[in-house]
Amino acid sequence: MLEVKDLVVNYGAIQAIKKVNFTINTGEIVTLIGANGAGKSTILKTISGIMRPVSGQVIYLDQPIQTKAVPKIVRAGISQVPEGRHIFPGLSVQENLQMGAFLRKDHQNINQTYADVYQYFPVLKQRRHQDAATLSGGEQQMLAMGRALMAKPKLMLLDEPSMGLAPIFINEIFDIIQAINAAGTTVLLIEQNANKALAIADRGYVLASGEVKLSGTGQELLANQAVQRAYLGG
Amino acid sequence: MQTIGQQLINGLSLGSIYALLALGYTMVYGIIKLINFAHGDIYMLGAFWGYYAINGLHFNFILAMLSAMVFCALVGVLIEYFAYRPLRNSPRITALITAIGVSFLLENGMTYLFSANARSFPQVIRTVTYHVAGLRISNIQLLILGTACFLMLLLELIIKRTKMGKAMRAVSVDPQAAQLVGINLNHTISFTFALGSAMAGAAGVLIGLYYNSIDPLMGMTPGIKAFVAAVIGGIGSVPGASLGGFLIGLLETGVQAVGLSAYKDAVVYFVLIVILLVLPAGIFGKKTKEKV
Repeated sequence: MLEVKDLVVNYGAIQAIKKVNFTINTGEIVTLIGANGAGKSTILKTISGIMRPVSGQVIYLDQPIQTKAVPKIVRAGISQVPEGRHIFPGLSVQENLQMGAFLRKDHQNINQTYADVYQYFPVLKQRRHQDAATLSGGEQQMLAMGRALMAKPKLMLLDEPSMGLAPIFINEIFDIIQAINAAGTTVLLIEQNANKALAIADRGYVLASGEVKLSGTGQELLANQAVQRAYLGG
Repeated sequence: MQTIGQQLINGLSLGSIYALLALGYTMVYGIIKLINFAHGDIYMLGAFWGYYAINGLHFNFILAMLSAMVFCALVGVLIEYFAYRPLRNSPRITALITAIGVSFLLENGMTYLFSANARSFPQVIRTVTYHVAGLRISNIQLLILGTACFLMLLLELIIKRTKMGKAMRAVSVDPQAAQLVGINLNHTISFTFALGSAMAGAAGVLIGLYYNSIDPLMGMTPGIKAFVAAVIGGIGSVPGASLGGFLIGLLETGVQAVGLSAYKDAVVYFVLIVILLVLPAGIFGKKTKEKV
């Protein structure tokens, strides 16, 4: 579904991503793990079009998308849940969700998507008329995910969904990521919480200083000693 | 008591003009963090459009105002496109100085084309003064107040209820996240300039009718006062801009009423300083808080 080919991205004067290659097949959960500053978020921002690569390609459904405008990429079916949630304060929960469906023209089906989102996250339904800024951190993460789902993405990019959340919320978020995937959305998950991410991922890539150091199935990487030492506190 | 009532009416009429103008400042600031110093000159262009629409095209008042709104919306969008958009990623001071440059260009361009002389605005609506409980209220004042309140309500509805209005709010709080849901920043910013400039265009025609005189520099002082109104209300806040506009209008007429006409501008700026000392974010301004 998505192929990242020889991707090089600069962050200011620094080469943040040095010739990264990876693929995501339809229906998978793929995770990129790595320490802070390994370049995980930069890759995600390049896929969604916020950042532009110096060289290399991002091929999505057989089309290069690395030069396309962000709204075009969203329309093609890629939705990003940004790091730090970035919900819209001042807009109600429901208005935030409505913005997620901004580009959709199939108005008659949008109500069904609201229902789907509220089924994943019942708390959002309870709070749908509240200002999104009044939600707790975990609820804001749910709203950010719900907002991305409103676009009916084929591929969902999740940037550090567990960051700063209480353990009970983390478990819930990971359960829901699996449920979303089971319902047919391909997932690219970026996490510092490598244990959790690898446990639900079909495949994973280990990133360090802008390069892919290792790859394998989630289970293989979980069992890998180098990965355990570096990222799993083993 | 009667004097107070009379000044209240005069102040509200003038204030509603400032409020209409302040809305444009505050919306543009909200979305691209730019003080659009050319905004007062858009109001001047609205007044000139109204002048020619009525004199040349024999439009009635409603048509003149509506067409001035459309014309100014277009001018606002063009100014953003040519002057501000290329500077979107430049330091804010660059865009600010460009805004001052655009203002000079409009003022001097219009002076060159139409001469600096004041011309009298065609009185399409005959002034009728009503005497109610000892107060003198003209139909023009009622028209200004009514139109301004109607436009402000309309704007509030657009911002609160429509999809484009919600997109404006989304872009103003988080442009990057707004892009990630597929909102086109350029379209949203153009839309904001169109709305703000249309309000200024309406204000220009209304003031022409009220003061009966227009000239190419007429936008300078009201422009700065409307900016002050927006700051007092809390820049970026739409209700704040309306409230600020009415406050400035009332203040100005109040100062004139007690016989200090010569100081009316000074008092406005003095109040600005006091408000900024006591409430740095303005009346409805959001206190900036950093959440990590």
